[in-house]
Amino acid sequence: MTSKQRKAQHVIIKGTKDGLTLLLDDQCSLDALIHELQDKLSEHPDTTSNVHGPVKVKLVIGKRYLDDIQIKELENTFSKEMNVIIDEVDSEVMTKADAEEMKQNNQMTRIVKFIRSGQVLEVKGDIILIGDVNPGATVKATGNIYILGRLRGVAHAGFTGNEEAVICASSMTPSQLRIASIIRRPPENKENETTGQEMECAYLNEENEMLIDKLQKLSSIRPNLTMDIDL
Amino acid sequence: MGEAIVVTSGKGGVGKTTTTANIGTALALTGKKVCLVDTDIGLRNLDVVMGLENRIIYDLVDVVEENCRLQQALIKDKRFDCLYLLPAAQTKDKSAVEPEQVKKLIHELKQDFDYILIDCPAGIEQGYKNAVAGADQAIVVTTPEISSVRDADRIIGLLEKEENVASPKLVINRIRNHMMVNGESMDVEEIVSILAIDLLGIVVDDDDVIKSSNNGEPVALDPKCKASIAYRNIARRINGETVPLMSLEDQTGVFKKMKKFLGIRG
Repeated sequence: MTSKQRKAQHVIIKGTKDGLTLLLDDQCSLDALIHELQDKLSEHPDTTSNVHGPVKVKLVIGKRYLDDIQIKELENTFSKEMNVIIDEVDSEVMTKADAEEMKQNNQMTRIVKFIRSGQVLEVKGDIILIGDVNPGATVKATGNIYILGRLRGVAHAGFTGNEEAVICASSMTPSQLRIASIIRRPPENKENETTGQEMECAYLNEENEMLIDKLQKLSSIRPNLTMDIDL
Repeated sequence: MGEAIVVTSGKGGVGKTTTTANIGTALALTGKKVCLVDTDIGLRNLDVVMGLENRIIYDLVDVVEENCRLQQALIKDKRFDCLYLLPAAQTKDKSAVEPEQVKKLIHELKQDFDYILIDCPAGIEQGYKNAVAGADQAIVVTTPEISSVRDADRIIGLLEKEENVASPKLVINRIRNHMMVNGESMDVEEIVSILAIDLLGIVVDDDDVIKSSNNGEPVALDPKCKASIAYRNIARRINGETVPLMSLEDQTGVFKKMKKFLGIRG
């Protein structure tokens, strides 16, 4: 009897309006968890499956790390007993690789270099490039691109799909601009070419059209880019 | 121990061979011991421009394959005792030699000569790699055309990756004053601003260059021709490079002089 009580502490099931929340103990072994889940679920025969379709389950697993295979295993345990899908896994831990990936995508890379024809500069996160991007050269970033120099080649901001990304350059005469999957090239008529290319930024509006504006407008276009500062 | 300088451009037909022949001749005029090396295997031209074609017995590939000694393949110039040419093979192709072999050969030449000028073939493949292998310095030749400047930019990017080669220097060839002044072609300032490397010299487009090349007499021998003076100036600057600060002043000086020169003409 006592052993059964102790077991019962490993899994706590809560019902919410969105589905079920399962609080899983993070100290016991995974086998113990699965075992107990099976016990608990068999004690409560499923009545909802045929009526409402799958039940959404949120797992709260504390400081336990579950990889994709283990989550699949848990899901299989559920599906034997009832019609559920794991909607969300709430964990307080992550792998080093995931953390590094996350860090890279949020970092700012500073490069002092001329990017020449045929060269491709690709970074994760934002890039600040001190130097020119020559015709035939490409700069790619998963985040924003800031160029302290002349942009004459191709710049691709948010190339993994970030539509919020912007491209800023001291001198904006690109051969092509790309943000996420949107591509824009400068107008063909040469008359417009020499006017208003200093200190500009490119961004996508709500309709996913690429616009180019003065750098002064950037703080209102992307308020999140700047930190709050009292002057 | 001499210095090996590769003359390259990426694009063909901008005047690499002519530049090599003339800078070599101009350096020889200053009394330096110079060897010209043609690495354009299969499409050799340097010997023709120097007027030494019919003196060729052995070539670069023969030396690499050890069919002859290096000294046997070197052709002494008609006009100067201190100027030699190592011709390329005409019957083979670029894959006949490996970069390491060229490097060894250039190293051997550096023992005997003050300057080794390496004429690089067009392109960025095997031939380019062979030519750059033994070089300490690089001269990038471009003309005031967009396509040529684009290729020069590409080649500068590749040269910057070479650990043994110092930062390349720029020669702008075939400058037509009237077109630059009228804004019909890129001007010197624009080219330098794109390529962002030190300017070693500018050479005006001159009928005499073609005429003398056809005669096998490098134009640098003619003291009156403008292009000849340009090549001689480049040679002086190369000589001056042993004093780093001097060369920097020299270059900016020449750049300013050129602007003034263009201004007067306009």
